[in-house]
Amino acid sequence: MERILTRWLDIPDLRKLEVYAANGGYQALRKALFEMKPEEIINEIKNSNLRGRGGAAFPTGVKWSFIPKESKKPVYLCCNADESEPGTFANRYEIEFDPHCILEGIAIACRAVGAHTAYTYLRGEFTVQKRILDAAIAEAYANNYLGKNILGSGFDLDVFTHRGAGAYICGEETGLLESLEGRRAYPRNRPPFPAIQGAFGCPTVVNNIETLSNVPHIINRGAAWYKSIGPEKSPGPKIFCLSGHVNKPGIYELPMGFPLKDLIYDVGGGILDGKALKGVIPGGSSFPIFTAQEAVKVNMDFESVRAAGSLMGTGGVMVMHEDTCMVDALKTIAHFYHHESCGQCTPCREGCGWIEKLLIELEAGRGKMEDLKVLVDVATNMEGNTVCVLADSLSMPVKSFVPKYREEFEAHIKLGRCPFKDGSTSQAA
Amino acid sequence: MPKVTIDGKEVEVDANLNLIQAAELAGVEIPHYCYHAGLSVVGNCRMCLVEIEKAPKLQIACNTRVAEGMVVHTKSNKARAAQKAVLEFLLINHPIDCPVCDQAGECKLQDYYMDYDQQPSRFPLGKKNHKGKAIEIGSGVMLDQERCILCARCTRFFDEVTKTSELAIFGRGDHNRIDINPGQPVNNKYAGNIVDICPVGALTEKEFRFRMRVWYLHRTASVCGGCERGCAIDIHHHRGRIYRFKPRFNPGVNSYWMCDEGRHSFPAIQGETRLTSPLVQSKDQLVTESWGEGIRRAASMIADYKRQYGPNSIAAVVDAQSTNEEAFALKQLMKSAIGSDRIATLSWSPPGASGDDALLIRANKNPNARGLAALALGTGGLDGLAAAVASGEVKMLIVMRADLVRALGEEEFVRRFGALDYMLVLSPDANETCQMANQVWPIAAYPEIDGSFTNFKGRVQRINAAFPPPGAAVAAIETIARLGHALDGADRPSTADAVFASMAAAEPAFKGLSLATLGEHGADLAGN
Repeated sequence: MERILTRWLDIPDLRKLEVYAANGGYQALRKALFEMKPEEIINEIKNSNLRGRGGAAFPTGVKWSFIPKESKKPVYLCCNADESEPGTFANRYEIEFDPHCILEGIAIACRAVGAHTAYTYLRGEFTVQKRILDAAIAEAYANNYLGKNILGSGFDLDVFTHRGAGAYICGEETGLLESLEGRRAYPRNRPPFPAIQGAFGCPTVVNNIETLSNVPHIINRGAAWYKSIGPEKSPGPKIFCLSGHVNKPGIYELPMGFPLKDLIYDVGGGILDGKALKGVIPGGSSFPIFTAQEAVKVNMDFESVRAAGSLMGTGGVMVMHEDTCMVDALKTIAHFYHHESCGQCTPCREGCGWIEKLLIELEAGRGKMEDLKVLVDVATNMEGNTVCVLADSLSMPVKSFVPKYREEFEAHIKLGRCPFKDGSTSQAA
Repeated sequence: MPKVTIDGKEVEVDANLNLIQAAELAGVEIPHYCYHAGLSVVGNCRMCLVEIEKAPKLQIACNTRVAEGMVVHTKSNKARAAQKAVLEFLLINHPIDCPVCDQAGECKLQDYYMDYDQQPSRFPLGKKNHKGKAIEIGSGVMLDQERCILCARCTRFFDEVTKTSELAIFGRGDHNRIDINPGQPVNNKYAGNIVDICPVGALTEKEFRFRMRVWYLHRTASVCGGCERGCAIDIHHHRGRIYRFKPRFNPGVNSYWMCDEGRHSFPAIQGETRLTSPLVQSKDQLVTESWGEGIRRAASMIADYKRQYGPNSIAAVVDAQSTNEEAFALKQLMKSAIGSDRIATLSWSPPGASGDDALLIRANKNPNARGLAALALGTGGLDGLAAAVASGEVKMLIVMRADLVRALGEEEFVRRFGALDYMLVLSPDANETCQMANQVWPIAAYPEIDGSFTNFKGRVQRINAAFPPPGAAVAAIETIARLGHALDGADRPSTADAVFASMAAAEPAFKGLSLATLGEHGADLAGN
């Protein structure tokens, strides 16, 4: 397959503006500025069925169309580069190797929704990436792809980069806006939605990096071309992040709908040491796990993964082989969400910690059978009752791990220790 | 106005109301912690989750505006399960130290546990998170971070109402805690309000801690006497002692709040200096006598001066701490029983007292300055009265509540009023003016009487007697009625309702008002 989002692999130095421009760069922006009206851009994106790559898979064109026309307030675009979902590491490479594609996507999106200011919110650890993106922004300004009267079109756009301070919750779109405004990243209650009241109380679009990188290609080659890649309802190229017990972990650009089995065994080179597959989380740690039997039947697109009982999220595929202690794996996930829960609302603040504490005990062999019920109860009580979906992001793994690997949880309780560890020494929590 | 159905009850409500407010109008209580009508909506406690027909998930009532045709279930199985779950979450890391917590008895965790949860804890005691306890955060407020449920009412109060922002949330997740910035304690004049709005025992008042279990406290609706704002309050008392003042909602006066000066003004009212018996000067000393003796003595003095020097040789000073009824009763006494029109007022604030601020505090520290003005009292002023005393025209002075010596200073008092022959002082406590008096009558302080104050904006608010005055002290209007009877044999109204009724009949500013119908929010003066 032709590489689209990862064409930097084929084109050396694509991050430099002259190379990017020589390879068709900023042609889509010219088209968007001179040949298309904002509504036409939105319609093209709508028709392409591009869906958000940040995890929620919301149709991008529809999101743009929510921005009020003729808004009396300024409109903002926020590019979400707070890539923090465990098992997800595509955005960082996109920034490093193809920053102009992101900037071009930002400019086209701003033109479409009438924004003249865009913020790129980078995760705190992205120091190198911020430097690269800032350099690309400077190049773009110098060549009038950004700034006042872009390419003589009369359209103005300023792009700013902002680095977070290392909290996962800043990737939640309203937490991001709070953080951007200088406050604790406490996600906001919706309504109002960001399209009506986002950054600084103004209409705002928040899009993921990978979503925006798709935009120039769609404008250049058209919605019909885009829809021809993968399944029609969730089409396009997708960068999958393959991690865990595979021989060739890494990022792979594949068409949507690519079979998970082929991703693991073919593209990923199979399971480490030839061991058996035990489970796969298909979309970053927030989503239900697939057992080996389920995993090999799934195609990787939003609809198919959902139909199979999980969600594709960011496309962070985490593979676990037969030697993985699933209690330990879930404990690790719980530790992450416990650590990253912002603590604003009750069920998540208290529930995440409770779940981790239960799992520490269970993993160490100090659990009781009734703890398994409590574990699922707590997860159920958190789900859907919070300001944002962080609680659900722990609830979903818990509610899939426990029933799917129940005998393993029970074995810990019955043995009084982790069966995957040497039983001769007692396990510390 | 949209019609909504809440638990089967249809109500038509203002479109700006949220579901908690609408439910209240329908007689349904939706449990909540973080929502407070005087603060912005944050929706963090998740206690008010309710089921709304056609909505895919439960919604928080505080952040949901009413809409036409909305059908809400607050007690459906789904809503109940969520409410129960939230309570369980709130309690897992809570210390459950109710036996030593001052909030016990007025704690929303306790109340809702009984109403919505009632299940034993599934969380092991030894696994609770520990945080700071008994932290003095300034302005007399104590913080217990373990009891805190992080509803952020206190931080919002300081952000939105006082705009001082001393408190913030630090940490993350279940290690979140409310705290001050290091070395920057709470320092504003409204800090006590965060104790009031804290739904749990996280914020307690240093002065109140461990002094009284709240279930012993009785509440009496009153008005703070600390300044001319006249914040609506509840007096919390037990066996004749006040334990605390709490603000009472009055949208036209103080909203939900009161200042710390007013909040902490009650110890002065029940100090050691309270008078408990009528006193008379004998050989340069004040000695006790009975009310009968005192009334007879004062009546005969008044009669003597009237006969010898005419009615205008007798004057009165009314302090702006007096109620409308007291001021009116004295005005009537002077007019009808004595025949004097010499009546001056004192509206004095101690030097160094706080000035007007943008929120509630007023520089005039008298609760009824406007009331005296509305009764057309005090036009002559103290200067005119002093001149009349100096010239020998005024021989006898009746002083109600006014501490002239303190207000003027002893030297100035003697210079102005030293020529007086006779001074009768009506006062709740033995102030400096009493020391100079020939007769002293102990009267009830304002928490001990029915009556009304008129605030600086002209709002007349009712006060109620919380408990009887100490010893032989009585309500001033009663004494005035007895003195009047002793002077002319006429019966005068001696209850606050009756005095108010004659005041409403006689005084244009009070026309159309009655004490009984003032209501919890009071009423404006006529033509105000």
